[in-house]
Amino acid sequence: MAEELKLFRTWSSPYSLRVVHALKIKGLEYETILEDLQNKSAAVLEYNPTYKKVPVLVHNGKPICESLLILEYIDETWKQRPLLPQDPYQKAMARFWAKFGDDKVLPSIWTVFISQGKEQEEAIAPAAGNLKFLEEQLKGKKFFGGETIGYLDLAFGWMANLISILEEIVDLKLVDPEIFPLLSTWMNTFSDDPVIKECWPPRDKMVEKFKAMREPYLQRTA
Amino acid sequence: MGLEEVKVIGSRVSPFAARVMIAFNIKCVEYELIEENILNKSDLLLKSNPVYQKIPVLIHRQLPISESLVILHYIDEVWASGPSILPSDPYDRAVARFWAAYIDDKFFAAQLAILIAEGEEGKKGAAEEAAQILVLLEDAFTECSKGRKFFGGDRIGYLDIALGSFLAWVRVIHKMCGVRLIDECKNPKLFEWAQHFSAHVVVQDVLPETDELMDFAKLFVAKLHKPSG
Repeated sequence: MAEELKLFRTWSSPYSLRVVHALKIKGLEYETILEDLQNKSAAVLEYNPTYKKVPVLVHNGKPICESLLILEYIDETWKQRPLLPQDPYQKAMARFWAKFGDDKVLPSIWTVFISQGKEQEEAIAPAAGNLKFLEEQLKGKKFFGGETIGYLDLAFGWMANLISILEEIVDLKLVDPEIFPLLSTWMNTFSDDPVIKECWPPRDKMVEKFKAMREPYLQRTA
Repeated sequence: MGLEEVKVIGSRVSPFAARVMIAFNIKCVEYELIEENILNKSDLLLKSNPVYQKIPVLIHRQLPISESLVILHYIDEVWASGPSILPSDPYDRAVARFWAAYIDDKFFAAQLAILIAEGEEGKKGAAEEAAQILVLLEDAFTECSKGRKFFGGDRIGYLDIALGSFLAWVRVIHKMCGVRLIDECKNPKLFEWAQHFSAHVVVQDVLPETDELMDFAKLFVAKLHKPSG
């Protein structure tokens, strides 16, 4: 039976990008349905009634939600080019750090991005503290996954894409190569990978989008 | 410590630690429980989980693993010859993982909200929010159980453990706050499931008695109300 694979996503969401990259690495064909978050399709509301969010992967009519869970599903369903480590301890570490990324790293970087003045200054240390954990995880490794891109690289992939964009907008170094040399190198190596590079959203559109996202926060404190 | 020794830094009052203990009971694996006073964290905990400084932490082969749902996966993969905790089908696994993450994201916060709610109006609002979550979980039970006793089917599985670990706190919230989270009329399937789960041999000596937990709950809530210090 032909596999039917559909991905509901936005053009820019870091969570959606994870799935795009995973599908590319696995060499899978699929249909993309681009969503407008201001005007969600009936399909997304039906496939993800709990959170009403994208990405949603639909495989032979069955929806899978939450990007990190989608990565695990893809890895368990299509065994070529494994994303997660085979060793249970390494697998546990990958899952742990991926969740840390979503729960702590991303929100703390976002806080620096949307705040100003004293509030922004105070947000820098917690964000740096979180990044320090990631820096340590890269010791002796080219990628978080070892020699090749894996689950954890895809989980942190948003950094390779988004950090320089956010830095440009707020004119602040979020990942200083002097303080985080391994993380900075990883961001470049990851971005330069042909599979990853092919699927990067256009930078100028991203800058425009995130500038617009920051606006309401600037208005609030003005 | 011997290489194969298994230690769990946990506490009888923690639903997250209960998950790990139930999983080991399912696998018939012996472990040493290092009881942690969560109101006064030990150096061992801070060293074993520097990122979150929380229980449970599993120490196996001298390596620490944190985050209860990550630990459940690890236990299932390492002690693969025992009864399975995660479903075998990838889609069923994705569904179970989704709802377990939802429980940690929404249900835990909803329970805390009830415990710390001020006044009747506050408590009512928190209870209503929690009730909506239970409606979704009742539907999830229908989908996952496929007409059988547990989320995992005939046997207790990952999602049973994820939700069931909270049942002692559910009983405390009923006794302390008068809020019935799993209602026989509104959530009939979960109500029945809760009884099966609580009575199961792998759960029985893990979840604390209501009165025992209530003593702790009062201290815990008092600490949440106090300004940090």
